[in-house]
Amino acid sequence: MSEPLIFERGQPGRSASAQFPRHESAHELPAQFVRSEPPLLPEVSELDVVRHYTRLSQMNFSIDTHFYPLGSCTMKYNPRGCNSFASLPGFTQRHPLAPESSSQGFLTCLFELQEMLKSVTGMAAFSLTPMAGAQGELAGVAMIRAYHVDRGDIGRTEIIVPDAAHGTNPATATMCGCTVKEVPTRADGDVNLDVLRQLVGSQTAGIMLTNPSTLGVFDKNIKAIEEIIHAAGGLLYYDGANLNAILGKVLPAEMGFDVMHINLHKTFATPHGGGGPGSGVVGTGETLKPFLPIPVVGTTANGYRWLDEADLPKSIGRLSAFMGNAGVLLRAYIYMRLLGREGLERVADYAVLNANYVMVQLRKAGFDIVFPDRRASHEFLVTLKRQAKSKGVTAMDFAKALLDRGIHAPTTYFPLLVPECLLIEPTETESKQTLDHFVAAMTEILAEAASNAALCKDAPVTTPVKRLDDVRAARQLDVRYQPPETDGGAQIVNAAAD
Amino acid sequence: MPFIPHTDHDTQLMLQAIGVDDINSLFDEIPDELRCGKLMGVPAAISEYEVGRLMRRQADKDRVELNFLGAGAYEHHIPAAVWELTTRGEFYSAYTPYQAEASQGTLQVIYEYQTMMASLTGQDVSNASLYDGASALAEATLMAVRVNRASKSRRVLIPQSVHPHYAAVTKAITASQSIELVQIPYDPNSGQTDLAALRSHAGTDITAVIIPQPNVFGVLEQVDEIADWAADQGALGIALVNPISLGLLRPPGEWGREGVPIVCGEGQPLGVPLSSGGPYFGFLTCREALVRQLPGRLVGRTVDRDGKLGFTLTLQAREQHIRRSRATSNICTNQGLMVTAATIYMSLLGPQGLRRVAAESHAKTRGLAAAAAMIDGVEPAFTAPHFHEVVLRLPVRAGAVIEKMRRQGILAGIALSSWYPELENCLLVCATETKTDADLHTYVQALGQQIEASRAAS
Amino acid sequence: MGEIPVELKYTEAHEWIREQDDGTVEVGITDHAQVSLGELVFVELPEDDTVVNAGDACAVVESVKAASDVYIPLSGTIVATNQALADSPGLVNTDPYGEGWLFRLRPNTPTQLEELLASEDYERFVSELKD
Repeated sequence: MSEPLIFERGQPGRSASAQFPRHESAHELPAQFVRSEPPLLPEVSELDVVRHYTRLSQMNFSIDTHFYPLGSCTMKYNPRGCNSFASLPGFTQRHPLAPESSSQGFLTCLFELQEMLKSVTGMAAFSLTPMAGAQGELAGVAMIRAYHVDRGDIGRTEIIVPDAAHGTNPATATMCGCTVKEVPTRADGDVNLDVLRQLVGSQTAGIMLTNPSTLGVFDKNIKAIEEIIHAAGGLLYYDGANLNAILGKVLPAEMGFDVMHINLHKTFATPHGGGGPGSGVVGTGETLKPFLPIPVVGTTANGYRWLDEADLPKSIGRLSAFMGNAGVLLRAYIYMRLLGREGLERVADYAVLNANYVMVQLRKAGFDIVFPDRRASHEFLVTLKRQAKSKGVTAMDFAKALLDRGIHAPTTYFPLLVPECLLIEPTETESKQTLDHFVAAMTEILAEAASNAALCKDAPVTTPVKRLDDVRAARQLDVRYQPPETDGGAQIVNAAAD
Repeated sequence: MPFIPHTDHDTQLMLQAIGVDDINSLFDEIPDELRCGKLMGVPAAISEYEVGRLMRRQADKDRVELNFLGAGAYEHHIPAAVWELTTRGEFYSAYTPYQAEASQGTLQVIYEYQTMMASLTGQDVSNASLYDGASALAEATLMAVRVNRASKSRRVLIPQSVHPHYAAVTKAITASQSIELVQIPYDPNSGQTDLAALRSHAGTDITAVIIPQPNVFGVLEQVDEIADWAADQGALGIALVNPISLGLLRPPGEWGREGVPIVCGEGQPLGVPLSSGGPYFGFLTCREALVRQLPGRLVGRTVDRDGKLGFTLTLQAREQHIRRSRATSNICTNQGLMVTAATIYMSLLGPQGLRRVAAESHAKTRGLAAAAAMIDGVEPAFTAPHFHEVVLRLPVRAGAVIEKMRRQGILAGIALSSWYPELENCLLVCATETKTDADLHTYVQALGQQIEASRAAS
Repeated sequence: MGEIPVELKYTEAHEWIREQDDGTVEVGITDHAQVSLGELVFVELPEDDTVVNAGDACAVVESVKAASDVYIPLSGTIVATNQALADSPGLVNTDPYGEGWLFRLRPNTPTQLEELLASEDYERFVSELKD
């Protein structure tokens, strides 16, 4: 299946005229301000648009159509009710700068969301403004820095990060003007405490961790880590990417974390939307509360209001033009109301049950589990190093072969520490039948890898395109369409092909 | 159990396969002292029906009839097809397109989006979007500092006429990277950036100059002069623009002698509803030579092994998941869903439609300003031309008038004195193509009434 | 482990160094390095006349899956960079010790040359890397 570009579908002069003003108003602007050439936008009918984008949607995998065992992404079902109610006109038509007297319904939902997030994490306060996990991390590290600077301890510029950490962690530390020190992970998946003790000192601002870690196992020594960091004068940041494994079982505040972010688009089922929008709300204990990014929802005698610079003079500032991804926040609120206390307590039960079940079944089928003697958290690692060595069939090949069987690949090649790995996270919204189907598909690919490796290396063959030449994509950069008349070709940078 | 499909039978079989008696055993690696009790502070579950009633009640509390607020979020007609298509499950619940073969729909949408945004802004390339306009300005600033290696000062000139929230976000995000933001005042008569004040920095080491168009007052800046001055100083120009305006106005790629090399802004006006403030999306476009310094995702077209055209994420080595601490940015997300909506919106409007929306919005605001100026004591605050927002100076405090008009079901605008204390009694008001002549009449009548009432009270 | 020409010197960061007659040295990345990076799509080089210290990261080699820093093995001044790599980064893959050279520098501390690895030492180092 393929679909031309929308620009290629049109005809000069064609338009969807029901959608814009019937007449062209005279603008009376001085000529120097006015555009001489129209922009390159499609000239198509409404039916052209509907057909084109409907057909494009049909070329996607999605949770609504496929199983997505993507480790560290928590691809659980996005309840349709969350979308419906977050899209009510009273919310979608509300201007962000509407006065508080016209915003009590919206503010009530956000305040209650703040309170519920405090309950499930043990944190003392939340700011809902960071617009993605990476922004939540930025807020967290910035708050840690602000805290030390506020106390006059300006030499604390080092952030410790496990070598298995997600790439946003060190990138964030650098963006906050800190340097990064990596602490190694031991063979059993836990952070190396001996090395950690040597790394800390008066230059330590803090550590960024997730627990369970990116390796899919719970670091039992978290209390020891906490003691080491706090004793050295640093603070602990919790990357909430793996919250789905411990929701209702462990409160990050009780593990000793001073600040954390939550990915609402993971744990709280807001949509991934083909790459966003996410939301990376940030929560703190009492220590870092004064530094939260503004605005935060506060109370009045008979309602709610925004707390801003005047209320939080030590705030790290604004991270969003308005108050973050409001529509995403509403969806998370609705989800938490639908699950309620009992439902939220059950999420980790079934996420962890599903992960352990798939792990055991894959082990029985002959796969190498990276930590075979440990419990899976909500996700676990498989390594295909053996198959890569003997048959030349890699994790990438397995991933592509799964696509042909109607299953989205698990996360591949992350964490970087584990060669040829697959990080598998089924989530709690998948049934045993779906999981059995996944195990059967993986088993089939394993057999194929052994008997006819070429088939795996050719995969996928049933998708709209086969494997793409990404070296060419980078060397001969073509990131926008050029109509044939203007440029004689569809390429911007035409580096000589090697 | 909402959204958990397991039957007791399923659960039993699974526990048996694993070899444990109960689910709780699966948590045995977690030290007992860390286990929390029941979640207090979370209410009991309610059904979808009950949630629906609750949410409708909350949403209804905030209904207002007529919206004349702008200031960074703009109300435009959004064709029904935009969100019907965007909320299709295949777009809504799709993941980031890392497995390109399974994501050709999303990838092609983004490629089309990149094409439209590059052209709209008069640039060569666009990224796949950033979180919002304010963070896009912060990222553009970081990018300009990275790119302009000849300049060592890391000083960036930012007009006071840039939206204060945008300036605040840029400051919050760039503060820890030794970047100095220097404010340039605006001319209190014209409402434009004071060129003399700008020029007083001539001969110093400036890394970049931010140029808004229109600025927060709705006023059109002298962008050619500023762009040329920046270029002459060896500073990189960063344009901050409204995308609807570009249906009508000359794009930054054509400002001055050589155009401005980096462009950013808020994409919300392109098919994204006001939504109480988000999610929106930021756009960032630039000249081809700077493409490797663009933060965020980038979709490229290539071929598959059969020679068929296809799309994939490219230049990922710049990004956090590969480059880690040396990445161009820590950004991991793009606003995929909003970009989908914007691409569909721009397709439905086309060049003619976008131009008409821009022209009509400008005309409505001009009409509103003219009618308002007939009220005794009301006058436009600034003399320079404006796009679709205008500042009116009232003879009484704007805040009180705004509150009274709200009770009449009209959101009248922003009292600017909260952002600019020197602009007393000033009201920032916006009228787009969504306002009929009758709406404008209603507004002006109410404004006149409430000004009278305020005068009588004092 | 690929080709390891005996007449060159090496570093543990997988760079090779060729001493020229005029006292400058030519630097590139080894065959082992280019294989693990994959096909290069871009090479970022330092500017001529840049003064550098041993251990500085001065160049970046970028493939589809990785972007690796290239570290200066010796203190000195950059005298030339391989401009052909702008259009043809793949030369590093096809001819890493010849046409894929990255830059030339004039060292200012000749003793540092003695600290570099001889070919057999580098060979041993690489074979120990493999499990």
